[in-house]
Amino acid sequence: MRRFDAIVIGGGLVGSAIAYGLARAGLDCALVDEGDVAYRASRGNFGLVWVQSKGLGAPHYQRWSRLSSEEWPGLAAELGERTGIDVGHERKGGVQLCLSEAEFDNRRAMMQQMQAEAGNFGFEYRMLDRRELADILSGLGPTVVGGSWTPYDGHAGSLALLHALHKGFLGKRGTYLPMRTVADASVAPGDFRLGFGAEEIAAPKIVLAAGLGNAKLAPLFGLSAPVRPQRGQILVTERASRIWPIPLGSLRQTQEGTIMLGSSEEDVGFDTGQKPEIMRNIARRAVLSFPWIAELQIVRAWAALRVMPADGLPIYDESEQFPGAFTANCHSGVTLAGAHANAFAPMIAAGALDPMLTPFSAERFDVPAAA
Amino acid sequence: MFRPRPDGPAATIAVEVEGRTVRVPAGASAAAAVLLAGLPSIRETPVTGSGRAPYCMMGICFDCLAEINGVPNRQSCMIAARPGMRIRRQYGAREIAPNDASDHLPFFPLPEPRSGGA
Repeated sequence: MRRFDAIVIGGGLVGSAIAYGLARAGLDCALVDEGDVAYRASRGNFGLVWVQSKGLGAPHYQRWSRLSSEEWPGLAAELGERTGIDVGHERKGGVQLCLSEAEFDNRRAMMQQMQAEAGNFGFEYRMLDRRELADILSGLGPTVVGGSWTPYDGHAGSLALLHALHKGFLGKRGTYLPMRTVADASVAPGDFRLGFGAEEIAAPKIVLAAGLGNAKLAPLFGLSAPVRPQRGQILVTERASRIWPIPLGSLRQTQEGTIMLGSSEEDVGFDTGQKPEIMRNIARRAVLSFPWIAELQIVRAWAALRVMPADGLPIYDESEQFPGAFTANCHSGVTLAGAHANAFAPMIAAGALDPMLTPFSAERFDVPAAA
Repeated sequence: MFRPRPDGPAATIAVEVEGRTVRVPAGASAAAAVLLAGLPSIRETPVTGSGRAPYCMMGICFDCLAEINGVPNRQSCMIAARPGMRIRRQYGAREIAPNDASDHLPFFPLPEPRSGGA
């Protein structure tokens, strides 16, 4: 049997960010990964580090996303130095476009509420009118009424990030164990064992970061992770010269020049297929925002499954029954990578979750339904 | 480096590749004309500027990108050669000229608004 200081289950963006943070803190860490058969939301990610719409009615989520956005520049620079991989991170703010007066009014009300809920923590935003937007966004469509801007938003290459986290983890002597599916575990407080055929690994700490797999895995460890798949579809254009200075929510231009068009939300179980009517809606909204996009060729399109907790907010927990077992669940593996590597992993290394994560416990789902 | 098969169909379609006239058989792709023209490359990549020439010939690798009849970033392996076609070098990413496209606004009903999310 091979003993480690910690085991992380799940080699996607959430698991590899946590494993990287643990290895960097000096822990002898194993990262158990299912392999290419996994649903792997990280492969389909849009690549936003997006803060402005996170946490309406849940200021702790806004605060956690902001913390991550603030950790991102340091993480990106560190990964660049250690791995030679440029993850293409930019943090110059972002705009969510509004294509009607009603959308604009709703957005303004949402931003006002976010600011009110932020209290002393603050929440900087501006509603930009069409004229202000036209100054920074070339070829703005006549349908665009305005948009909301915050300085916290940014974007990065999600595949480059996944690569860099894995490489950074290996560079810190992490042990990557791919092609392993966890079906069962031997579980005791501070003593967790996993078997893969004749191979057995053990550690006093374990972090469940298996995305949609956490729903079945968590109960083995006295934890709960009510997550479901939510399908999102993306279209990608040919490469074009740099046109926007910042990402635009459901539109972003990658460092290499392709323009990514999103987004959609469907509840269709584990179906990763695409639907023409959804793709058409995505394209329509993009062309209404910027008519010249219609001139560009679509060169790729895909669907992927978000890891969506029941109320859309992340779930972080430590098992009361089996201390040392932790869980991390969210649909924002890119946005929250800064928090996972630089805040969550240090908490695991220190042995307990910070009270700032208490509101993210799955206990929030245990409230009995009103009669 | 590339020569037409001696037993192949007659080269009857004349196209222009970077200013030089090349003849290919009917049904040949624009990328075939690029290869026959003997150029070392037909595009420069947007990221590093290195030269590329047609490679996979089946629409996958995007290394055959060229400006065809004034339209940038065409996959020349997926486009049949036509008489008088003008095939030119693709330099980096295609330029976007938003103002030229402003009269192309299609009329669509508004889809459901979506919030941004990672």
